[in-house]
Amino acid sequence: MTPEPSARPPEDRGPESGAPEPSAAASAAPAASTVQAGAPVGQAVGEPARALPLPLQYRRFTRLNRVQHVVMIVSFMTLALTGLTLKFSYTGWARVLSRMFGGFESAGYVHRVGAILLIITFATHITDLVLRKSRDYGSWAKLIFGPDTMMFTRRDLSEFVGSILWFLGKAPRPRYGRWTYWEKFDYFAVFWGMMVIGSTGLVLWFPVLFTTVFPGWMINIATIIHSDEALLAVGFIFTVHFFNTHLRPEKFPMDLVIFTGQMPIREFREDKPGEFEDLVRTGRLESRLVEAYPPIVIRTIRAFAWTALTVGTLIVLWIIYAMVFAYR
Amino acid sequence: MLGKRLRILGFLAATLILTLAPGTVPGRARAAEGPASEDCLACHGDDETISMERGGKSVSLYVHANVLKGSAHAGLACVQCHAGFDPDEVPHKEPMTKVDCGSCHEAIKAQHSRSLHGKALERGDPLAPGCKTCHGTHDVLPVKDPRSPVSALKVPFLCGRCHQEGAPVQRQRVIHQDHILENFSESIHGEGLLRKGLVVAPNCASCHTPHSILPHTDPASSIARQNIAATCTKCHAAIEEVHRKVIRGELWEKKANVLPACVDCHQPHKVRKVFYDQGMADKDCMRCHADPGIKAGSDGRPLFVDTSKMTGSRHAKIACSQCHSGVNASRLRPCETITQEVDCSSCHAATGQEYQASVHGRLAAKKNPDAPTCKECHGTHGILGKVDPASSTFPTAVPTLCARCHREGEKAARRYKGTQHDIIEHYTESIHGKGLMKSGLTVTAMCTSCHTAHSVLPKTDPASTVNRANIPATCGRCHHGIEDQFRKSIHATQVGKTKKELPICSDCHTAHTITRTDDAGFMLDLRTKCGRCHEEIAKTYFDTYHGKVSQLGYTKTAKCYDCHGAHDVLPPSDPKSHLSHANVVQTCQKCHVGATRKFAGYLTHATHHDRKKYPVLFWTFWGMVSLLIGTFTIGGIHTLLWLPRALELRRARDKEEGQETHDA
Repeated sequence: MTPEPSARPPEDRGPESGAPEPSAAASAAPAASTVQAGAPVGQAVGEPARALPLPLQYRRFTRLNRVQHVVMIVSFMTLALTGLTLKFSYTGWARVLSRMFGGFESAGYVHRVGAILLIITFATHITDLVLRKSRDYGSWAKLIFGPDTMMFTRRDLSEFVGSILWFLGKAPRPRYGRWTYWEKFDYFAVFWGMMVIGSTGLVLWFPVLFTTVFPGWMINIATIIHSDEALLAVGFIFTVHFFNTHLRPEKFPMDLVIFTGQMPIREFREDKPGEFEDLVRTGRLESRLVEAYPPIVIRTIRAFAWTALTVGTLIVLWIIYAMVFAYR
Repeated sequence: MLGKRLRILGFLAATLILTLAPGTVPGRARAAEGPASEDCLACHGDDETISMERGGKSVSLYVHANVLKGSAHAGLACVQCHAGFDPDEVPHKEPMTKVDCGSCHEAIKAQHSRSLHGKALERGDPLAPGCKTCHGTHDVLPVKDPRSPVSALKVPFLCGRCHQEGAPVQRQRVIHQDHILENFSESIHGEGLLRKGLVVAPNCASCHTPHSILPHTDPASSIARQNIAATCTKCHAAIEEVHRKVIRGELWEKKANVLPACVDCHQPHKVRKVFYDQGMADKDCMRCHADPGIKAGSDGRPLFVDTSKMTGSRHAKIACSQCHSGVNASRLRPCETITQEVDCSSCHAATGQEYQASVHGRLAAKKNPDAPTCKECHGTHGILGKVDPASSTFPTAVPTLCARCHREGEKAARRYKGTQHDIIEHYTESIHGKGLMKSGLTVTAMCTSCHTAHSVLPKTDPASTVNRANIPATCGRCHHGIEDQFRKSIHATQVGKTKKELPICSDCHTAHTITRTDDAGFMLDLRTKCGRCHEEIAKTYFDTYHGKVSQLGYTKTAKCYDCHGAHDVLPPSDPKSHLSHANVVQTCQKCHVGATRKFAGYLTHATHHDRKKYPVLFWTFWGMVSLLIGTFTIGGIHTLLWLPRALELRRARDKEEGQETHDA
């Protein structure tokens, strides 16, 4: 797995690793310039002893979120690759992949391992929610109806309408807050997918047990649902989600925030002006600022992210090939 | 009183015989009802032009009353031989039943039907003789009557009608002797009979029997090697006295098999009252043929015979003259009277007959130079038995032997217009070829195991062992258990009732490229095996998990035959089927331990494309498809609309950054 960037706390960063390399300097430049350009945040947060201080960034995701996303990427890709070999078994690609995974049986084991990983990720998220409810919110109602809720609210509706108007050139860009409606959609899509694919997957995993109660033809149904829902998930993640978060021109070629957990302040201000203004107004922004990662960490993350992006894109191409050109 | 009683008893007995056993004396039974011979002759004896059409020819139906009166059958009524006459229909229009002499001469008929002549007649050979060929019809006379064609003096001429040189029988059928009639008439027997008029001198029938004429290869034949002595000693009773110098007397009876048979020295049909003091020994031949330089005068072909080869050969104990027949020991060069090529079938008669019917033999009969003859495969003087590893017909050598002509580019392969190519190469790579050539298993199937050695026929011939109809039996000769299963399966012609062509062994296993059935390639090639006929159902199989795994190239999944059975495939409606209600759960349990009746409800051939058959699957599938289309459409439109704005943002930012860099 990818080296966990957050494993290195800011205090540990020695000066020897601090010198930004030319390539990394380009990506770090906007953030640095933002800070120097007289943003409302001062130098106070940075450590005065640092010879060449790393620029400050806004922390958007917790460490747990970032680990979860990485695990999810790995397990989801694994599930997609092993699962699609069966779905598109009529393509030469599938034969190659299946062999790479050590044959259909081995691919099946890998698929189940991926499933277990994903279920664990899901469980940790639920546990995290429960803990955060007690620690940060006090009650489910506050978590669910609070300002940072993942639930769809009236604001999301107006932002959606506002977005469409913006797309059509009839209104300015909505001042998006902490979670945009498409982020919320992605979040619940995973919830839905976990339920649908997970449950049908268990049926296919334990068909004998399942048919002690249910009729055999339900396995056929489970197969169709599992397979097509997976196609939806894979297709959606690797096209719409990829675009929304990585491939859209402002972020192109990728948005590293989910891996680093933090983003340049300027980018944050542009992307989520609603949240930015809210934080500035309430004076909470400074408490959310952290030092940027040294370039070596960024490069490692980038390598992983590029891999994931490439695999995802290849899978999409394979799906298109299998469904359009090789279908029989 | 006594007389009356006897008469009653006699009457009762007659009644009993007539009622209980009408079949034994049909002629007589019918005679009682039928017309008298005079009635028949009223028409048949009156008009000399009376005739009928038979087989496109006009046949006279005139019967001379006097001929009939003088014959051995004078006392019989016409209808006793011409059975099946309907007394209500006079004059009769329907052709009469064929005369069956066996209705009276039962034993003779049985002899005849076992004989060469009888068998040929049964085959429908137009040259085969029946009763009337020798005995005539209405003019039949007793053997003792010198006028009879079967009287002792006339027999040679009677037989000679067919067996003289130039007669169709002699030309077109396999008769190993030539100039029979001429030789006989010059022999001591012929001289006695024909010139001196000794009716006790042997005629043809004396040695060959009148009705049990059998080939000399038949152990029951009067002229079979082991019976010759008995046949000759019928007349030459004390012959061992004459031969005492040569052979101890008692051996004649006790060990006839180790002794030369009479005919080895006294050739059949040519016997003269001479002493064969030299005999026709091999050494006489080797006087000339041991010379390595000896060549034929006509075409210069070498005539050298290597005796060292002969010693190990299967024919080591066979004299030269037994194969090179027609020698005359009284000549200085006994071989100068040989007119015919060696005919192996004079001993190997049954094999010879098989060969003649085979495609090889038919070509040879047409004098085709491509045709293989006996020596082509078996060799000549050095011939070895097929059990001898050095023999060209030893199992492991057979493929190479056949390859001489059947290898691609050779003469047989060039003639062949069928679909099988590279036969030898394919066979060598097949399971049979590997078993035979690599593992050296001599029991493995080789060319002749399927095609036979001597009855080789193209598969289009219904009599061929590789004809579609005969393939299961041919394979079953070794794979008997499989054949048994197959014969009971729906694919067997005896069971499957369909107009479509049912599969045979070679449709799945191929003819010459037969592989092991546990070979992954063979196991997974379902589309061209089951799928060749069961196209639709095979497609649906590939829609399910089992099919998909097999499609990926893995065998550890249910293939057609894992559930349906391979050779014992039956429709699921058959209680014996692996998929019948009683057996299906057990069949699933072969792989799915603990499978239940409900588990067996899994639709192994389900397809979501068939709305009528699988509506739930169909609608589930289309529900999912709608969900996918809906989601992708909304997501796609959202993305596409977004794209221009996002590009604008990017350009604005790039510009701003460019400005900042410029300013700095």
